[in-house]
Parts: sequence; structure tokens; C-alpha cells
Amino acid sequence: MADTLVLGGHEFQSRFILGSGKYNMKLIKAAVEQGGAQIITLALRRANTQEKESILDFIPKGVTLLPNTSGARNAEEAVRIARLSRAMGCGDFVKIEIMHDAKYLFPDNYETVRATEILAKEGFIVLPYMNPDLNTARDLMNAGAAAVMPLAAPIGSNRGLATKDMIQVLIDEIDLPIIVDAGIGKPSQACEAMEMGAAAIMANTAIATAGDVPAMAEAFRLAIEAGRKAYLTGMGRVLARGGSASDPLTGFLGEN
Amino acid sequence: MNEENQVYFVDSDTLPPLVLERKHRLEQDPSFRTDHMQYMQGMEVIESDIKDRVLAQMKAFEPDQYTAKDVERALSNTSCSIEDFKALLSPAAAPYLEQMARKAELLTRNHFGNTVYIFTPIYIANYCQNYCIYCGFNCYNNIRRKKLDFDEIEHEMKVIAETGMEEILILTGESRKYSDVRYIGEAVKIARKYFRNIGIEIYPVNVDEYRYLHECGVDYVTVFQETYDTDKYEMLHLLGHKRVWPYRFDAQERAIMGGMRGVAFSALLGLADYRKDALATALHAYYMNRKYPHAEISLSCPRLRPIVNNDRINPRDVGERQLCQVLCAYRIFLPFAGITVSSRESAAFRNGIAKICATKVSAGVSTGIGDHEEKYEGSQEAEAGDEQFEISDSRSFANMYADMEAGGLQPVLNDYIYV
Repeated sequence: MADTLVLGGHEFQSRFILGSGKYNMKLIKAAVEQGGAQIITLALRRANTQEKESILDFIPKGVTLLPNTSGARNAEEAVRIARLSRAMGCGDFVKIEIMHDAKYLFPDNYETVRATEILAKEGFIVLPYMNPDLNTARDLMNAGAAAVMPLAAPIGSNRGLATKDMIQVLIDEIDLPIIVDAGIGKPSQACEAMEMGAAAIMANTAIATAGDVPAMAEAFRLAIEAGRKAYLTGMGRVLARGGSASDPLTGFLGEN
Repeated sequence: MNEENQVYFVDSDTLPPLVLERKHRLEQDPSFRTDHMQYMQGMEVIESDIKDRVLAQMKAFEPDQYTAKDVERALSNTSCSIEDFKALLSPAAAPYLEQMARKAELLTRNHFGNTVYIFTPIYIANYCQNYCIYCGFNCYNNIRRKKLDFDEIEHEMKVIAETGMEEILILTGESRKYSDVRYIGEAVKIARKYFRNIGIEIYPVNVDEYRYLHECGVDYVTVFQETYDTDKYEMLHLLGHKRVWPYRFDAQERAIMGGMRGVAFSALLGLADYRKDALATALHAYYMNRKYPHAEISLSCPRLRPIVNNDRINPRDVGERQLCQVLCAYRIFLPFAGITVSSRESAAFRNGIAKICATKVSAGVSTGIGDHEEKYEGSQEAEAGDEQFEISDSRSFANMYADMEAGGLQPVLNDYIYV
């Protein structure tokens, strides 16, 4: 059976969601190809520009657009941006980003749940970006989210899986794809998240700031594939430091 | 005698004797001037302790106390404390400029990627009711005054928009009488037809007026405090509503209370002790961020420039190395803040600083009134208004775009949606 990522009824072979901000738009096509990405995010506010500058024209055909609502400070603004995005022909997918914090750009979980509820009812395929919290993730699921996108570390920080334990809880408890978003700084961290059971990885800054953008996209693809394969195979036994105790603790137990 | 400020004083021979006498008294006799810490009638007072916090930090800051060890600690810390920031602004940090630049570059790339925003200012009027002795628009300076009417504003904006520019900053001289809030609001409504992102840099106004301007289409407000040294401020701003230091200080907070998305802060480096002014500017932004975490924060870093009728004005002790040190310290202390570097600086400086820490540059700049067509297309406008100061980098939008791209940066014309 093919191992596919299913989001709102759409199937994807790739588990790498590529960001399109922060780098030269002329590199987007090569990054998509070498990264094997089938989904690319774009900030609608970046697409709000004259034609020759519009990021939309640099995204290859056949790639699914995942417009985000960055710039929204509350649920109402996110809903407005999502509707605008649909009206502009960007499709039904939407990644909700609601920030009420200019320093860390942390998502506002409460407003995100509210926006998810409204947009899911309007038929959007909603992928909410959130702070990894189990109760919020459940609320998002009940509100109709198609996946949950917890942050690994503050956006753009390249700090890796700073919220690893919380993300693991979401993977274990939530019956939706868990897509790790933000803070992933290098392929090894993407690989680690996939080994944990994440359904996909979203990365932008790590690729945007690399010396060779398409090559780094490829490195991420390979890491994500490796992590996925390891997860599906089942990780081998990992011994604690010092190996097994030589005198078994249960040696005193008799036969009866 | 006000000897320290003598360089700024220029007497126009068109001033009547009585006016000239008043000007001289304002310049030389402090008792003839109003209390610069007292609000004038109609100026809204808000609850805020940010002023006191900034002034206390500024007062306690002794730049010469910091040592190389303090600077090294600041450079190796992952997050930059206020003490670390002070060390980075101190003379002890000068030998570490290259290391500061490298750290600043890394932080800029992490937060902003390779992007750089391009915008242009448009001055729609240069009438001014203040006597700020270093400024070309000051009410005693003999310059050609002009206020664009709405047709002229539309024409100017069209000319600018045709170059491809999408973000505009609307400026006026500081005169409520000649450029009232309604006039500015109408200009903003015209700008919405041609631009996607609109900022204003006008005289400070009350919360309800900021709210009105926001509803017209503005989301970003820039106010230069000029200097945070209140005594020095008193000696430089001799007449007019701008003389009131605390009302100006609270402008950004009132703008956010009025619904604006972002605010910009700045001291005009060279007016007073630039290290203290740099500290105060960044702390003003820092405390605003703590009180209003959703507000987008940015910093500018203008240095003094020559003006019409006075070419002796200069940035004094703030050379390019000192300016670079200040900007790197800003970036390390506030990694998320936007940093704008204006056309007061040379093309070479702006190309270099954009790679380190600047996130926004202006292009196609004129600080005069109604002369964009003349500057862009060589056509002769009948009567343009004079400029606020001389710019240094006169690159067109197209040249700036090309130069930023050549430097490995991705020019961004708009990354904003009015919601």
C-alpha cells in the first residue's frame, strides 16, 4: 500500500511542505523540483503585489498552494484574508497563522481555534499553525481542522525541536496528521521529527538562508524520506547507557 | 550666548525687524521660551510609564564604564539584555565592530531571510509652525513653501506608482494650520488607489485622529523624537507645538491605541550624545513591545544633514563606523525589529548595511514638494516647494532594485494587506 499524506481528502506522496518566503522567487521552481514538494505555502500578503512581482507566477503548475493568513492578529482578520485568498483563485487550502506577538511571532491558539471553526464550516481545508498544546489540538480537531501544525521552535530561529516532548504528545493523541512547522533549522532535525511520527515537515528559513537553496531543499527531501522510512519500519532497540544489568532484578522469582 | 548652537542660526534678510528680534530672543534667552515639558491645550495625555523608564535608563547609562569584557559577554550571550545592549553601544565595542556585524547579519537573515523592502517618501506640504533650528522647514527659514492640492497629490502619486513602487510614506511639515488631519486623511485615501502600503510621518496627533487616519488607510506611523535628551531638546526646538517633548514621546503609543499596526522610532543622531540617544530610541521601542506585543516595531537612524540656507550642518561625531555600530547594536538587541536606512546615507553605505541589518531602504527620493515628475522624467514643474534636507543617495527605484538584487538580496515591494 502506498504511503501517502492525506489532507482534506487530497493525497500527497511528498511529506515536505516548502515555504516560499524570504528568498529569491526565481529559485522557487528549482527548490520545488529538487525538494520534491507537492505543497508550497505562500503568504497572501506577499501575493498582494503587482503582476511581475507576484509570487504566484513563480510557483510551478501542479503544485498545491497553501496560502497562509500571516498578518492576521485575530480570528476575524484571518477569516477575511482566507476569503480573499479563495477569491484570488488560491484554492480551498488555508494555513491559519494568527500572531498577536511581533517579537516571537507565536501563534495565538485561542484565536486560531475560532478561525478554524469558521473556515472549516465554509468548506476550507484548514491547517492551523499552533503552539503545541494538547487541549488546543483537540479543540482544533473538533473545529474541523484537516491537520495540526505545531511549532518546533520560534519561527525563523532554526533551533530545531525545542518543543519535542509536546509534539510527541500530539502525535500520540491526535487522530489527525501532525505537521511540524517553524524552527526546523537543518535536515537532521526534520529527520528526527519524522522518526517520531510526524506526518510532514514544513520548512522555510532553513532553506531560504542556505548557500544553495535548491540543494538544501533536496537535502530536506532526503532527510524527511529517511525519517519516514525509519518510523514505518519501527525503530530498533536502544540500550540505556551501561547496557543490561548483569544480575537480573527478577532472579528471586520462583517457579510457582 | 547660545554658542553651542550658533552653527544652526541663519537670519533671512526677508524677515521684518520685529520678527527677527523675536527670533534672536528665542535663540538666546531661555526665559523667553515656553516650558517644553508642559502639554499645550488640546494635547491628549495618556497613562504611560514608558517615558519614565526610558529616561531613567538613559540617565544611568555611562558609556565609558563598559569594558572589552562586557562587550565580549554581550556578543556571546544568546539573548541580549539591556546591560548587554549598553555595552554594545559603548566606546569599548568599537574594536568589535566586525564581530557585531557578523552577529547582526546572522540575526537579520534568521528573522528576515534575504529580503529587503523598498519604499519612497512623498512630501505633500512643507509649511511648518515650529522653529527647530536644524531643520530646513523651520518657520524662520526662507524657503519656497508649498502645499499640494488633491489634484497635485494624485498626479505625484501616479508618477511615483508608475515606477513600480508599492509602499509610500506620506510626510508633511508640522503645521496643523496648513496641513490639518482631514487634508492628510484625504491624501491617504488618494494613496490607497495607487499604493498597497501607506505610512505617515506627520506631526503627532491624538488617539481619535490616529484612528481616523487608520480608517482612511494608514497602518504605519513614524515619529522622530529627534533627541531623547530633554534639556538638549529644549535648546533645539524653540517654538511651536513640536517643542512639547512628552506629547511627542507618547505619539507611537497613541497611534497603536488608535488601531495602527506598526510604529517607527528614531533619534536624529548628531543632535546630542548619540550613544544615549541610540539607547533611548531602542528602549522606547523595547518597552512599547512589552506593553503592546502585537505592535510591529521599527527603527530609523538618520544623521544630521545640510539644509537649504545652511550647508554647515553635519553629523558631527557620528561617522559611518559609529552609525554602523549603533545599527548592529539595534539588531542584536531587537532581532525582530525593522530597520530603515534613508537616503541621507550614501549608496555605498546603504548597499553595505542592507547586507548586515537594514530591512528597508527608500529609493527615488525627493524631500521637496511636488517635484517627482521633474526628478523622474526631467519635465519642468512650475513651482516646487523646497527640500527638508539634502539627500546623499539619489538612486531611482529601478537602480535601487537592481543594486539590492546584485547584493544577493530579494527586494520586496509589498508584504502587507490592509484588513
